[in-house]
Amino acid sequence: MFIIESPIVEKKILQDNVFLLKMHSPEIASVIKPAQFLNIRVSSESYPLLRRPFSVCDVEGEHIYLLFNIFGEGTRILAGKSSGDLIDILGPLGNGFNLNDDYETAVIVAGGLGSAPFPFVTRELNDNKEIISFIGGRTSKDVITYGMKNVFTASDDGSSGFKGSVVELLNSKIEELQKKNIKVFGCGPTPMLKALKEFCVKHNIVCEVSAECAMACGFGICQGCPIESTNNSEKYLLVCNDGPVFNVRDVVI
Amino acid sequence: MSKVDLSVKIGDLFLRNPIMLASGTVGYGSEISEFTDLNTIGGIVTKSLSLKPRKGNPPQRIAETPAGMLNAIGLANVGVEEFIKSKIPFLKKFDVPLICNIAASSVEEYVECTKILTSEETIKAFEINVSCPNVKEGGLQFGNDVKAVGKVTEKVRVATSKPIIIKLSPNVSYISEFAEVVKKEGGDAVSAINTLVGTTFDINTRKPKIFNINGGLSGPAIKPIALAKVLEISRKVDIPVIGTGGIMNWKDVIEFMIVGSSAVQIGTLNFIDPTAPGKIVKELVDYCLQKGITKISDLTSSYLIDE
Ligand SMILES: Cc1cc2nc3c(=O)[nH]c(=O)nc-3n(C[C@H](O)[C@H](O)[C@H](O)COP(=O)(O)O)c2cc1C
Ligand code: FES
Repeated sequence: MFIIESPIVEKKILQDNVFLLKMHSPEIASVIKPAQFLNIRVSSESYPLLRRPFSVCDVEGEHIYLLFNIFGEGTRILAGKSSGDLIDILGPLGNGFNLNDDYETAVIVAGGLGSAPFPFVTRELNDNKEIISFIGGRTSKDVITYGMKNVFTASDDGSSGFKGSVVELLNSKIEELQKKNIKVFGCGPTPMLKALKEFCVKHNIVCEVSAECAMACGFGICQGCPIESTNNSEKYLLVCNDGPVFNVRDVVI
Repeated sequence: MSKVDLSVKIGDLFLRNPIMLASGTVGYGSEISEFTDLNTIGGIVTKSLSLKPRKGNPPQRIAETPAGMLNAIGLANVGVEEFIKSKIPFLKKFDVPLICNIAASSVEEYVECTKILTSEETIKAFEINVSCPNVKEGGLQFGNDVKAVGKVTEKVRVATSKPIIIKLSPNVSYISEFAEVVKKEGGDAVSAINTLVGTTFDINTRKPKIFNINGGLSGPAIKPIALAKVLEISRKVDIPVIGTGGIMNWKDVIEFMIVGSSAVQIGTLNFIDPTAPGKIVKELVDYCLQKGITKISDLTSSYLIDE
């Protein structure tokens, strides 16, 4: 965990309102794991005041990538940065996916900006495991498949791939999937994660999800990011420190 | 040796410098110690402790607002017993005054917590939180009532011989009345201020952004209010004040001292730059050298107001 300033080396607009920032950050690149996150201060002014958490999207040598859309004031400022600008980063934070367990096929399930951590997951798994990626969004504009392999898409309006939710798409492939030794990795909006949990519990599938939560500090000092645990009703888990990745059975979504 | 004396005294509590870490913004010290050497700061105040562990409020607990943030953590804490067992051993490793903040829902609970903790040698003082806006019982129910604050002070005074600091609420008309009663009942100092009650709504869903509806506002947005409250106390009551609210840099610290603070607490800033407290200590030395100030405590209440 450090605080460092890393320069932007490239900014790309991937699609409508989806940005990719490449930064030179050898310190972070050498230690960060898929689905760990960075808490970024976009401005040294008092507004916006707090850092903003971003999942690491990819790592390539000494470079790290962030993927985001303009959602509020913080992301608007970040999107306005250009090559050479320094980004104030606190990280790496959180636990990250467990990619090395005993399974043969990684099933990636992402909704909207929930695609962010998966290019790095795909890179890390490359050659070791088979990957199948199910990517959803409201419309084709929200379906982000950047950096992913073996992709099936879903959209609410049918403008990209399957018409319906990404979990419905997953459900339509259940027979094929059940023939394999799979582990599901999910990230996306809460309703999607809820549906994914139901699906995985019903079909007895191992699943880790990366949860989202409003955060202030990102490293355990503010208690701002609780998530209900299924194992201990007396105490919340913290998304920033105990997560953001949880076994889907350990948390109430 | 530094030519500037940064040390300050708050009653019988001696601090090597005026920079303290505010309750609820550094947990129990371990995470922030990776960024700020606790041996270099004036004091650390624990997250509010209650007799039994508290789960705290459901999410969402925080929301950002212009130049500030709202929080409704709901005093999530490990409880006094677990604090002694698992948190004190870590804090013992540092040479930094440990101030235990206590939050309770009855006078008896405040007393009970203080009695249990006072035998811990590592604890150098108590800060009594009568001003948490985020819980139904205790909190503001005490903080808004001069008599109740007097009662808590009186009873806690009997329970410990260590310095007691009462943390006051800004959600009152005349904060100096509260400082007055604290002094009368034997309190050693007051902390001012805790957070201000506020809320924020999502204009699309028309729902409050925070589960608790109201939260406590902190950060630079509240600094002018905090300064005014500190000034009011320092002009009306002869009691040491620990100034808190929106400190973002060393200049804010100086400003808080000028209006009457003997020491200050850094809160929300720890979330944004956990290295800041250590840096600010160094910057205070530079400032004093530049201004020819040999004792930083001379700044306290050094305001010049034309009457
Ligand atoms: C997330 C958060 C949690 C807090 N928890 C406590 C607490 O448990 N007890 C307490 O006395 N004050 C608590 N406070 C109040 C702070 O100690 C401080 O009085 C207040 O935030 C104003 O200072 P600041 O603007 O520098 O943050 C909390 C503040 C924040 C932001
Ligand atoms: S964001 Fe502060 S504790 Fe998790």
